[in-house]
Amino acid sequence: MSRRSVVITGLGPVTAHGLGMEPLWQALCDGRSALAPIRAFDASGFLAACGAELPDGYDVKDLVPKSYRKATKVMARDIEIAVGAALTAVRDAGLATRGTDPDAPPTIAPDRFGCHIGAGLIAAELDELTAALDTAKGEDGRFDAAHWGQQGMQELTPLWLLKYLPNMLACHVTIIHDCQGPSNTITCNEASAGLSIAESQRVIERGAADACLSGGADSKMNPMAYLRQELAGRFAACPVTADATKTVKPFDATAAGTLVGEGGGILVLEAEDTAIARGARIHARLSGTGASQSWCDDTVGLVPDATGESLADAIHAALRDASISPSDIDAIIPYGSGVRALDALERNALERVFGAQLATKPIVTLAPCIGATCAGFGAIAVAVAAKAIAEQRLPARINSTATGTLAAAAAPTESRALRHILVCTPSLGGQNSAAVVSKHA
Amino acid sequence: MNTTPNTRRVVVTGMGWVTPLGHDVDSVWKRLLHSESGMGPITRFDARTFPTTFAAEVKNYDIAGFVKDPSVHATAGLNSQFALGAACQAWKQSGLGEYAALDRKRVGLYLGAGEGVIDFANYAASNLAGWDADAKRIDGVKWANFAHKAMDRMREVEQEPNMPLAHLAREFGVRGPALNCLTACAASTQAIGEAFSLIQRGDTDVMISGGTHTMIHVLGVTGFNRLTALSTSKGDPTKASRPFDATRDGFVMGEGSGMIVLESLDHALARGATPLAEVGGYGSSADAFRITDIQPEGRGGAASMGVALRQAGIDPTVRRADGRAAIDYISAHGTGTKENDSIETRGVKRVFGANAKDIPMSSIKSMMGHLIAAAGAVEFITCVLAIRDGMLPPTINYGTPDPDLDLDYVPNKARSAKVDICLSNSFGFGGQNDTLVVKRFRA
Repeated sequence: MSRRSVVITGLGPVTAHGLGMEPLWQALCDGRSALAPIRAFDASGFLAACGAELPDGYDVKDLVPKSYRKATKVMARDIEIAVGAALTAVRDAGLATRGTDPDAPPTIAPDRFGCHIGAGLIAAELDELTAALDTAKGEDGRFDAAHWGQQGMQELTPLWLLKYLPNMLACHVTIIHDCQGPSNTITCNEASAGLSIAESQRVIERGAADACLSGGADSKMNPMAYLRQELAGRFAACPVTADATKTVKPFDATAAGTLVGEGGGILVLEAEDTAIARGARIHARLSGTGASQSWCDDTVGLVPDATGESLADAIHAALRDASISPSDIDAIIPYGSGVRALDALERNALERVFGAQLATKPIVTLAPCIGATCAGFGAIAVAVAAKAIAEQRLPARINSTATGTLAAAAAPTESRALRHILVCTPSLGGQNSAAVVSKHA
Repeated sequence: MNTTPNTRRVVVTGMGWVTPLGHDVDSVWKRLLHSESGMGPITRFDARTFPTTFAAEVKNYDIAGFVKDPSVHATAGLNSQFALGAACQAWKQSGLGEYAALDRKRVGLYLGAGEGVIDFANYAASNLAGWDADAKRIDGVKWANFAHKAMDRMREVEQEPNMPLAHLAREFGVRGPALNCLTACAASTQAIGEAFSLIQRGDTDVMISGGTHTMIHVLGVTGFNRLTALSTSKGDPTKASRPFDATRDGFVMGEGSGMIVLESLDHALARGATPLAEVGGYGSSADAFRITDIQPEGRGGAASMGVALRQAGIDPTVRRADGRAAIDYISAHGTGTKENDSIETRGVKRVFGANAKDIPMSSIKSMMGHLIAAAGAVEFITCVLAIRDGMLPPTINYGTPDPDLDLDYVPNKARSAKVDICLSNSFGFGGQNDTLVVKRFRA
């Protein structure tokens, strides 16, 4: 029985290099890093004072229809990223939606248009919340629940909760672009976007939609969210005085942690049949996906499964789903964070899958240029894979030198024949995702 | 090469409940059929001055009675603890633990689990310590200095919404695809639907699925109070949740977990398991309407119901050969808010037409409150039990009919009925709608 094939027709990454694929691609090919001291708050009290933030000019009000500007007041940063990413993807795919062209008939019928956006655990804006908490202190200066219940909570805007529910990324995007088909919010840390893309694939395959806005977005640029990354052991030591652009060294023998980057991406995934029927430009094919759960000795996965066995299982599942074998893969985009235990897990998984061939499979490392992008990673990586295939070019690598069995050492961009690129990631919590992006036709 | 067609049959082989009415399926079911309420004053924090002072809390619960080794779950948040108890019941009932040939890489997880409870005392203290009252903003350095001392690493990690997945994976040693979705109040219905779809596709043979959640904490109650979504009834808390009643004034928060084991029929039969029910269909839609309001005609709910029924091969407007309506029971989303109950009623009428009045539809949220992300899975289990026992649980506190709400809400008392096909609805804040069709298993 033949399966409905899924293609990628729109790319909408939003990263520290800006909105859309072009600035990101240029930066990746130039080997430019956006990692720098954090501006959103004074991070000098943390192990890492540097990260990758969206450029200052990023303003979600410019990225929504005029009639929707009021709603931007109830958007957490993560939502702002998803909204910009969705608009970018929709434009790139040449779609008319309620959001881009309210007077035209929509290219995709609203009830055939799905939306799957992975999200992180969104932290509340501390200035807003604390201004309210500050009105509810007891005589000892501490928070007092009785004051809060009586009066303090009234300081919060009535819609306060809705800024921080993870499904509000999809909520805003589906309203703006009128996506009435299946919509989901997958929350599996670093695997969130990859698993969301796989779900869109299944939804299109089973005929529940013809196209989906799919991906993920995340921002840790909030002291609470940022602290959680530090407590999870992700950070490299990086005071404001250090050169953050040289700090993240995936798979290097001296790797000592990562720096986080806010960002995410939305893709337009479409059934190949309907994409061809409308004459869409097809960037690449999403030819297979796979998922698995790692055994975690410590239960929660702070100490990740060093064997990489389950990530390898997910990769094998994606290769099977794509009906290809390991030798067909021309390049690999792993999470590649520079967190030693995660690097080891990924290395071992890739060694299991590719064996002696691994040295001939170039690795694309994103974290040195845009930071570790957490729940947004899978979407940015699949977008970069699609772009690399369209350009038949690999971006540059920076920072790493001694990377052993992995072809991950610093190298300039090069033109290269690329048919299939593997994207994969493990996660805190043990969920693994893998996807194969392939040349179309 | 994946050649498995999307027609693999999927059955339920295990179920578990940890709810405000108890921690095992049979006793909770009995209490639901006796119209009992799990509501009472909030005990988890001092809520006496809050607009809402009551909720339905899980009581006297300890995972030690369920898991193999509590020490590997020592840091689990309440959400993961509830999930473990419910999943252990489901796993035990399924008999998979004793099935020597079980391939744990073909067993996956798809949960609709909520985030863990925030460490509010230390969070509030850190925020106040970092507050620069003159600048009206947080001083990042002061905040970090305080928070580094105050916050606990595991307490923070356990808040990640995928932690219930991690705990269940550890407990059962399962290694297949594992996902968590968090689409507010629709989450666990959606999780079951997508788990069903993964088995149908052939990606796994067995899925542990369901939901778990508690938002009975300072910021949870604050958030819903500010949205004016919660009942603020004075007096007896057991009377506060009044779905479909004209005097309804909001939902009552519940907490807990519902978990099921889903299995491909061939896998279940090959090991001699008894299917408890079959998943007939799944539909999912988005309102794409407004951030806070539901599309007033019930378009989104009607769409998810329509897709689920179509997948189950049911024409909602056609009666069966024996004269019964197309289905026998609807487990309503039925939150008890003005808006939900009106629009859900409208959506059901839109789908079932003139037959809608002949289909009983009740809300167990009247008795155990709204379990948020976990609600859908808990209610799915209600449907399986209704089929098993031929009993429909009531909507309690129904006293004043709302002239616009004219369906059969099974008011106040459980009722016996011939039940073969049920529909379970969940609609989330944010506009995600999900529906499952549950059928009596016939070989």
